[in-house]
Amino acid sequence: MSVATKAIEAGHIWTFPGGIHPPERKEISNQTPIAPLALAQEYYLPVKQHSGAPGELLVQVGDYVKAGQVLTQVGANNGLPVHAPTSGTIAAIGPGIIAHPSGLADTVITIRADGNDEHVALEPLTDYTQLSRAELLDRIKNAGIAGLGGAGFPTAQKLALQRPLDYLIINGVECEPYISADDRLMREHAQTIIDGTEILLHIAGCEKALIAIEANKPEAIAAFEALLDKHPQLALRVVPVKYPSGGEKQLIQLLTGRQVPSRGLPIDIGLVMQNVGTAFAVAQAVLQGKPLIERVVTVTGENVEKPGNYWVRLGTPVAYLLAQCGFKPEPEQRVIMGGPMMGFTLADLSVPVVKITNCILVPSSQELAPAQDEMACIRCGACADVCPAQLLPQQLQWLAKAKDYDGLEQQNLFDCIECGACAYVCPSEIPLVHYYRKAKAEIRNIAREKAKAEVARERFEARQERLEREKQERLERHRKAAEARKKAQAEAVAQGGDNPQDAVQAAIARAKARKAAQAAAAQQKNKEGDDA
Amino acid sequence: MTVVTALIVFGVLALIFGLILGFAAVRFRVESDPIVDQIDAILPQTQCGQCGYPGCRPYAEAIANGDEINKCPPGGQSTINALADLMGVEAKPLDSAHGEEDVKKVAVIREDECIGCTKCIQACPVDAILGAAKQMHTVIAHECTGCDLCVEPCPVDCIDMVPVPVRPDNWQWDLQQIPVRVVESSN
Repeated sequence: MSVATKAIEAGHIWTFPGGIHPPERKEISNQTPIAPLALAQEYYLPVKQHSGAPGELLVQVGDYVKAGQVLTQVGANNGLPVHAPTSGTIAAIGPGIIAHPSGLADTVITIRADGNDEHVALEPLTDYTQLSRAELLDRIKNAGIAGLGGAGFPTAQKLALQRPLDYLIINGVECEPYISADDRLMREHAQTIIDGTEILLHIAGCEKALIAIEANKPEAIAAFEALLDKHPQLALRVVPVKYPSGGEKQLIQLLTGRQVPSRGLPIDIGLVMQNVGTAFAVAQAVLQGKPLIERVVTVTGENVEKPGNYWVRLGTPVAYLLAQCGFKPEPEQRVIMGGPMMGFTLADLSVPVVKITNCILVPSSQELAPAQDEMACIRCGACADVCPAQLLPQQLQWLAKAKDYDGLEQQNLFDCIECGACAYVCPSEIPLVHYYRKAKAEIRNIAREKAKAEVARERFEARQERLEREKQERLERHRKAAEARKKAQAEAVAQGGDNPQDAVQAAIARAKARKAAQAAAAQQKNKEGDDA
Repeated sequence: MTVVTALIVFGVLALIFGLILGFAAVRFRVESDPIVDQIDAILPQTQCGQCGYPGCRPYAEAIANGDEINKCPPGGQSTINALADLMGVEAKPLDSAHGEEDVKKVAVIREDECIGCTKCIQACPVDAILGAAKQMHTVIAHECTGCDLCVEPCPVDCIDMVPVPVRPDNWQWDLQQIPVRVVESSN
């Protein structure tokens, strides 16, 4: 065992550069147990709630569906299915606003609930070790599980990569202020999370899991400590409070001292990370056959009367969720999906809760001041001090403003995790992360256009080649036809038939004779004229 | 005598270095991208012919032979700048005689009006229209370069050029875009 591995085993906690300590404000929402939310009248289910292609529709308008019934299937483009959150009829399938910072529409399935909340029969599993890896992965995929931590990457796809693994890391850090969904889940369902972790270990073919919890969650830590004695494969790691220690790359650095290579994945250095919520969902899917139809959502901020954590069915409109929690909006109320650091302001409250929604934040204007006008950069360098990826935010900002995309790539823009620490400390209120996101999107667009242009060029060249070939073929056909005609004539002549060539020759001779006669007549006339 | 020795020595040296250089020139030959390919790679490959040449490659050849670099409206200013960098000339504004820079568009056939004449199919430089004589035609949207060449030959004017719709995956973060919604306080 190498020195580094020994240190990991001994529970050494490394550190990562930068980071900030914003006010945590988790006490607003983490005091009460996770409460179930009353059923809404209507649910809006975007067909794409994960990163990747959407699944193929299985239902039509007017169909009656039960809770847990699959609405889209994996299909040809390897999408992730979504399931009906409750029983009811499909009222519409069409464009609707989705939970995306753009506020744009995408395909949304609208379900009108019948209030009976009838579930499809579940298929529980007594011993998951009897199933093959592929069957377990299918079970996870068919349950529609995507990473519940925020990125929404399909879990089965992440586990499907068969590479040697040193550790599975279960991320219960939840470092973003205000959010306490994972905290409450860990306190109340530690055993299920442990079951899920063991299933994940089994599928990944990994020996050991590290469960990371931030030091500001003593109850969750206690809940796991009480249970972990019986699970030697699992070890608890308490990480110090700092934002963004819950970031995938930062947590890996904290627990193992390893760095994920630029543009690489944790699996490149023998690690894979899953959120505690994902581990919980995996346990539910594998052991009970329960698809992902609800998740814990933190509703918090000073402008809700009943902040806390709720079991919210996917597809529940944010407006309904807030109404249940005593929403008291102020003028120009902002509603943020996600936390104050990485979340985005919702364009419309009819947006539904989706798989990656961990928090709805309703701040008063005192607690979270609206964005001020951007001022000039004073080159204080505070942003570079707090950048956990050790980038140069100031430099990136100049380059992004100048649209110098080559320069941005040289400065490793794509290593930016968009944690928002730089924008948080910026005294000039520069929305730095916005600049990076815009530049990233622009660079991706350029790459996409480039790829498209390449295809267009190939198609154009293929077409030119085809036209040229067709022309050659046509000429060849004409040549062959002419030859065949000549040959047929020659044969006909040989057999004693009329030679069309003779006729031509005769015609030429006739024409010549006529011309000669005309010339002679003209000469004669001239002569006569002269004589006269 | 010394002059002759010097001449011989330098002559032999010249011969040896000449041989080494000659060998290196053959052995370590760098296949450089011909300039036409490099220009062609910068052009947007819409094959629209707005530059006056029948496609992007012919225009690339013309630029290599000294034609102006500002005749490509679909590429716009960014293409002109990239070409100026490559060719070592001043970047100029787009020559408006060849058209204006426009948003990206895609051709859409109003299918119930299509009479199946195949004229647009013959006009499409990238074979992005599907159909047969007296059958309805349709545009393969993701292959369409938005070149506009199919619109003119259509005898019933059933082809529209529509801007490429903004979807969440090609949406651009706009710094001031996030709309702040005013929620009625009576609720």
